[in-house]
Amino acid sequence: MENVGVCDEFVNLKATELRLGLPGTEDGGEAEKQKISCGRSNKRALPETEKDIESTGKTETASPPKAQIVGWPPVRSYRKNNIQTKKNESEGQGMYVKVSMDGAPYLRKIDLTVYKQYSELMKSLENMFKFSVGEYFEREGYKGSDFVPTYEDKDGDWMLVGDVPWEMFVSSCKRLRIMKGSEAKGLGCSV
Amino acid sequence: MSEDEEDQSPPPSDLRSQQQQQRPPCSPNKSRNCISSSSQTFPDHVLENVLENVLQFLESRTDRNAASLVCKLWWKVEGLTRSEVFIGNCYALSPTRLTQRFKRVRSLLLKGKPRFADFNLMPPDWGANFAPWVSTMAKAYPWLEKVDLKRIFVSDDDLALLAHSFPGFKELILVCCEGFGTSGIAVVANKCRKLKVLDLIESEVTDDEVDWISCFPEDVTCLESLAFDCVEAPINFKALEALVIRSPFLRKLRLNRFVSLEEVHRLLLGAPQLTSLGTGSFKHDNQSEQEQEPDYAAAFRACKSVVCLSGFRELMPEYLPAILPVCANLTSLNFSYANISPDMFKPIIHTCHKLQVFWALDSICDEGLQAVAATCKELRELRIFPFDPREDSEGPVSELGLQAISEGCRKLESVLYFCQRMTNAALIAMSHNCPELTVFRLCIMGRHRPDHVTGKAMDEGFGAIVKNCKKLTRLAVSGLLTDQAFRYMGEYGKLIRTLSVAFAGDSDMALRHVLEGCPRLQKLEIRDSPFGDVALRSGMHRYYNMRFVWMSACSLSMGCCKDVARAMPNLVVEVIGSDDDDENREFVETLYMYRSLDGPRKDAPQFVTIL
Repeated sequence: MENVGVCDEFVNLKATELRLGLPGTEDGGEAEKQKISCGRSNKRALPETEKDIESTGKTETASPPKAQIVGWPPVRSYRKNNIQTKKNESEGQGMYVKVSMDGAPYLRKIDLTVYKQYSELMKSLENMFKFSVGEYFEREGYKGSDFVPTYEDKDGDWMLVGDVPWEMFVSSCKRLRIMKGSEAKGLGCSV
Repeated sequence: MSEDEEDQSPPPSDLRSQQQQQRPPCSPNKSRNCISSSSQTFPDHVLENVLENVLQFLESRTDRNAASLVCKLWWKVEGLTRSEVFIGNCYALSPTRLTQRFKRVRSLLLKGKPRFADFNLMPPDWGANFAPWVSTMAKAYPWLEKVDLKRIFVSDDDLALLAHSFPGFKELILVCCEGFGTSGIAVVANKCRKLKVLDLIESEVTDDEVDWISCFPEDVTCLESLAFDCVEAPINFKALEALVIRSPFLRKLRLNRFVSLEEVHRLLLGAPQLTSLGTGSFKHDNQSEQEQEPDYAAAFRACKSVVCLSGFRELMPEYLPAILPVCANLTSLNFSYANISPDMFKPIIHTCHKLQVFWALDSICDEGLQAVAATCKELRELRIFPFDPREDSEGPVSELGLQAISEGCRKLESVLYFCQRMTNAALIAMSHNCPELTVFRLCIMGRHRPDHVTGKAMDEGFGAIVKNCKKLTRLAVSGLLTDQAFRYMGEYGKLIRTLSVAFAGDSDMALRHVLEGCPRLQKLEIRDSPFGDVALRSGMHRYYNMRFVWMSACSLSMGCCKDVARAMPNLVVEVIGSDDDDENREFVETLYMYRSLDGPRKDAPQFVTIL
């Protein structure tokens, strides 16, 4: 499950990434690919990338030195995989957020990284608090229920769950609140 | 963190004398001992006892190897009294030969795969299995106490057999091993009641979701050292806490990244006698509901005996100052998994006056290295790893950092340095400033990079190192190097035992210089260098005196490899192909050859051809 999330993250970032390199070279991509495969069971993934790389690496004195050479620089995969990266914090640690529901006596905590999309999250919340959330419409928000799922984002604003793309939601959500009744109506309108 | 233990190979005659010993022992009259040959069994018996009582004090294996060559009697008695055996290449002999020669072994150090296998230059499942060793020793050495394995494939079954076969087992050390999981560890923890040392270092341990910490027996343990920082699985912290409390002899504890800072804090409060601590994640759990943060510095302050600190796997830099109370005592500090900036680093290192071993990432920059140089006058070993291990990465450290270190740390003995920019001048300076250097490993990550100031090859720099560092035994070279660099190595590198070469040299002459000039060379590993058949043939007088030779992506022909194999029957010549099994391939992909007393191994996988 985590794997898919991670790959999505990489895929999204790739589009905005600035890289140096000859046009058409995949060097950054190779490094990324290696990074992804390194994060899993080392043995399985690497032979695939090895094949790609070995065939280019053989032309010893060839001009494009950008293709990653197998095993160079000589750093053990164990060490490569375990160096703290900037992305490390969100990867694999779980993103736990508190969930409250109006009228319910206890708070709950959930790990957002466990879900891949809104429908999964909603289903889980519905099970957890024994309610149903109605249907989401882009303009009008949630219809057919008194309950409206909202969240507080990094800037401290209260937003309607579902308005932003899933990945953006996961990275900006600080806590969830399932609102009930009239208060909910106010947020139902599109921003 | 241990460097390869270097051993001296048995002198060349050893192979022959080994073969001679296979004949049944001669009658006492014919043995060459000091008593006159008219005496019968009685003096021999006495002599044997006397010898035994004397030889048992010999600990160094070089001394023991020498003693065993004096005469047959000494050979026999030495074999009876050797309690620790070191085997640098598990395929140099069979387990049966070990148990026949040495009868009372209590400790085994065994090394398996060649080092270049760490860098994916060899397909997995090449070999080096522990299974035949443990099954043979289970019958021969029921009193076995210690096993120390490096780059060996160990299965859970092997661990179970070990745990069940050796009731007095005390020390298990697995370095860069694989093939086992937490279930195997659980059996060892549970069955080895006398266990003092369980050190899992840089090994791949599969998560079988077994709570192995809870498998230690309930009563007071003998544990002195527990290292599991490489185990990528959550652990039962309550069980760990209880284990630490009932382990009064525990001095070394290396936690994995699933242990948070608060948990370390609690452990420290319960175990102030620790001398070596691997701190786990060094991350404060933000999600915890606690009002007040624990006083981490106080916990460290209470640990007056801590001299070795490592871990910091997911470091939250704002908590780093908590270690300040122990810094003045530290002799060893490993920051090599933590991305620390110079600003965070300098206040810490400024207090580490006694530091002798320092590992870090290049994120501390030249500035950080200058701080090390200014404070750590006792430094013996420095390792700087790349935060971004790619050829075209930034490279925040350079010749400036290395030069500063050489000027400030005159007692330096061992260097491993990854960088992107280097100069000959800095190497020359180091060669003069640090005469105690025994290990010098420089990795300029961009291949074929020259001196970035002069544009010249790095020949003079490495030349100075081999010439002026008279104690140098291990060398790894990089950057743009011509045959001249190798000429220097051959001329001056008289004590070199281990040499690593990558993307270097111009012609066969380079390798010839080394093979003809370095009489102590034991371990030679070369990749992607233009050395061919002429070079390989030029070393044939050396190969029986070496532990191994590795050459990959060079210019060796199959024909030449076959010639060598034919000419040297006690040499196992392995050719490891790659996946595109091209019959018409001009050059051999990988050559790995080593001396062996028991011929080619029987467990070679399909991709290995033994010539």
